[in-house]
Amino acid sequence: MDLDFNKEQDMLRKSVAEFLAKECPFDTVREIEDSAEGFNKKMWKKMAKLGWMEIHFPEAYGGLGDPFVEMTIIMEEMGKKAFPSPFFSTVILCGLVLLEGGSDKQKKAFLPKIAAGKKIMALAQYEKEASYLEAGIQLSAQSEGADYILNGKKMFVPNANIADEIIVAARTIQGVTLFLVDAKTPGVSIQKMQTIGKDNNCVVTFDNVNVPGDAMVGEPGAGWHILEQMAPKATVAKCAEMLGGCEESIAMTTAYAKERVQYSTPIGGFQAIQHYMADMRVAYDTSIYYLHKVVWMLDEGMDATKEVSALKAQVNEQYKFITERAVQIHGGIGTTREFNIGLFYRRAKAFEYILGDTAYHHDKLADALGM
Amino acid sequence: MDFRLTKEEELKKEAFEAFFESEMKNAPPAFGNGGLEGVYDTEEGFEFHTYMAGKLAEKGWLSMGWPKLYGGQEASIMEQVIFDEVRGYYSAPGVDAFAVDMFAPTLMAGASDEQKARLLPPIRDGKAFYCQGWSEPDAGSDLASLTTTAIREGDHYVVNGQKTWTTGAHRAEYMFLLARTDPESRRGKGLSVFHLRMDLPGVQVRPLLYMNGKHVYNEVFFNDVKIPAEDLIGVEGEGWALTRQTMNFERSGAGGFSGAKRYLEQMIDYARNTTRNGQQLSKDPNARRKMAEVFIGAEVGKSLAYKIAWMHQKGDFAGLITAASASKLFSTELAQKLANDATEIMGLYGQLEDDPDAPLGGAMSDLYQMCKGATIFAGTNEIQRNLIAWVGLGLPRLKFK
Repeated sequence: MDLDFNKEQDMLRKSVAEFLAKECPFDTVREIEDSAEGFNKKMWKKMAKLGWMEIHFPEAYGGLGDPFVEMTIIMEEMGKKAFPSPFFSTVILCGLVLLEGGSDKQKKAFLPKIAAGKKIMALAQYEKEASYLEAGIQLSAQSEGADYILNGKKMFVPNANIADEIIVAARTIQGVTLFLVDAKTPGVSIQKMQTIGKDNNCVVTFDNVNVPGDAMVGEPGAGWHILEQMAPKATVAKCAEMLGGCEESIAMTTAYAKERVQYSTPIGGFQAIQHYMADMRVAYDTSIYYLHKVVWMLDEGMDATKEVSALKAQVNEQYKFITERAVQIHGGIGTTREFNIGLFYRRAKAFEYILGDTAYHHDKLADALGM
Repeated sequence: MDFRLTKEEELKKEAFEAFFESEMKNAPPAFGNGGLEGVYDTEEGFEFHTYMAGKLAEKGWLSMGWPKLYGGQEASIMEQVIFDEVRGYYSAPGVDAFAVDMFAPTLMAGASDEQKARLLPPIRDGKAFYCQGWSEPDAGSDLASLTTTAIREGDHYVVNGQKTWTTGAHRAEYMFLLARTDPESRRGKGLSVFHLRMDLPGVQVRPLLYMNGKHVYNEVFFNDVKIPAEDLIGVEGEGWALTRQTMNFERSGAGGFSGAKRYLEQMIDYARNTTRNGQQLSKDPNARRKMAEVFIGAEVGKSLAYKIAWMHQKGDFAGLITAASASKLFSTELAQKLANDATEIMGLYGQLEDDPDAPLGGAMSDLYQMCKGATIFAGTNEIQRNLIAWVGLGLPRLKFK
C-alpha cells in the first residue's frame, strides 16, 4: 500500500496552485462570475500552454497518457480557488465522451485542439424534465438521407454560451445517440440561465438543426452507454473539485476563528465553534481519503459503480454541510458578496446537481447493493 | 498511490477469515450478538471469550504487533489493521483490549524487566484478563482529577477509593489501576500505575447494569487494599505520563466499519426477503436511502482506518491523533445511525430484543442500546472533537483552573 502522491503529482499540484493564486484571486473570480462570458480567455490559453488539458489524453492523440488521478489533482486545486472555467465541460465531460465513443478521426480532429486550448466544448444532456436518467433524453434527431435534423430544447448545458462545439444527446429511432454540433450551426440558439453558481449554465434550443451523419459520436443508439462510460471519471473529477472547496472553506474558517475576537477571546477557543470545526474536518478527511481510493480504482480499471455513487452522494452532502457551518462561524460578514466564503457556499449547491444529485446516487447505490 | 494489499497481506487476510469463519461456529447462544455484552454478561459468553483468546494465542495473533523480544511477531501495522477489520466483521471475541491493547504497551513502556517477564507472557498467551481502573464517579472525561489513593506503607501500597464504569470487573482477574500515590498532589502529578489482583481483600465489585439489564459495567470499591510494592509499574508519581503515552492514539477503528458492513449485508438480505404494504421492503425509498447512507459511512470510514495505518507506518504522529479521534467518533456515530436506521426500517419489529420474531436475532435493537455507551466511553465524542480542534486545526485549548 502506498497512500501518497508521487513527486511529479506533487509538482503538478504545486504548479496549478501557484498559477491560480497568481492569475485568479477571489476578486477576479467574482469579476468572471459577473461577466456575460463567464470566462477568461487569456487564462484559458495560458492553462493550455502549461499542458493541463492534454495530461490524460493518449499519446496517439497528442496527449501524455497520464493516469486520471492527475486530472483530479488539477480539479482539486481549481476547487480551492473557486476557479470558473470551461475546463470541466471541455476536457473532462466532452474529452471523455470523445475518448470513450469517438471515432479515430474525431479524436484526431478534436483532442489535439482541446489540448491546445483551441476548442471549448459543452455537453448537452438534460432537458425540461430535469431527469438524470436515459428516459430524460427526448430531443429528437430524425434521419434525412445522410443527415439528421435536431429539434428540441436542452437545459443546464454548461458553457454552451462560449462553446465552439456542443455534444448533444438526442433520440433517434435506435435510441439515445450523440452528435457533435458546431455551436454556430443555423437553428442553434443559446441563452444563459441565472444560476446559484453564477456559472455558464445555458438553455440550448435546436430548431431544425441539420447535422451531417459523420458528426455522430459512436453508433446510433450507443449514446447512453457512452455517457455511462464517461460518468465515473467525470463524477470523481467533480468530487475532487468539490473537496478542494471543502479544504479551502475549512482553512479560511480556521484562520477566521483564530483571529476573530469576542468576549476578549478568539472565537475558535469556544467549544461550540471547536465542535463544529471538528465535524467539518472529519467530514472532509473521510471524504478525501475515499476519493483517493475511488480514483485509484478507476485508474486500475476496476468496476467502481458503488464507490462512485457513494463518493458523489457523500461529497454532495459534506460540501453543503462544511460550507453552511463555515458561513455560520464567519457570522454576518460571511453572508456578504465581498467575503470569499460565500463563493463556496453557492458552489456547494451548484455542484450538487452535476452528474447526479444525492437522491439519484443513493438510488443507484441501493440498486448496486441489491436492494 | 496504490491501495492494493501485498501478496503476503492478502494471504494473512485469508487466514484470518478462515479462522474466524470456522471458530465463530463455536459461539454459544449466550454469546448472542457479541460485543461487550456477549463477552461479559454471561459465564458462557466469557468462557467463549477465553476459549477464543487461547485459540488466537496459539496463532500468535494476540501479540502480533509486539516486539519479538516479548514473544511477538512484529507484524506490520497494516496486518494488524487487517486483523482488526476481519475480527470486527465477525464480531469475534478473544482479544482482551484492556490487556492486549492497553496494559501490555504500558508494561513495555514502563515496567521493570522482572515485571515484563512476569506479566507479559500470560497476556500474550490469552490467559490473563484485565479490567481498567481509570474512571471514577467524579473523574470521567477529566481523568486527571481522580482521587483514589494508593499510599506507600512499608513493602506495599494501601488503596482506598472507588472506580466506576469498570467493564468486565466481575470477570477479570486483574486490574491496571491509576491512583494517587501523593495525596497532596493535583491533576496529573502524583499519579501511579499498578497491577492489581481483583481477589485481594478489600476489593468489592458491584454490578452497574446497563439500561437493557445486561451486566457489562461495574463499580469497584477499594477498602484498605494492600498491593505489594513490586506491582507498582514504572516510577512512583509518573503514572500520568505513562498512561497518556499508551492511550492508544494509534488504533484505527477498522473493526467498527467492517462490523457495520456485516450488519448492512444482513439488513439488505432482510429487506429483500420482507414484504410490507404489497412490496419488497428493499423497494421502499426510505429503506433504500438509509442503507445507501450506511454503506457510504462504512466505506469512507474504512478509508480513514487505512489512512491511520498508513500514517502509523510513515511515523506521522501528529496526523494520527486527529485521525484516531476522527475514527473513534465517526465509527461510534455510524453504529448509532445504523442501529437507528435499521430499527426504523424494521417497523414494529425494530423493538424486539431476544425474541423469536426479532429480525437479525435482535442485533439491531441490542446495538441501538449498547452503541450509546460507545459514544461516551474511551474518551467521549466531545473530547475527541476537542482533540481534533486543538491538534488537527490548532484552535486554542481549554484553560483549566
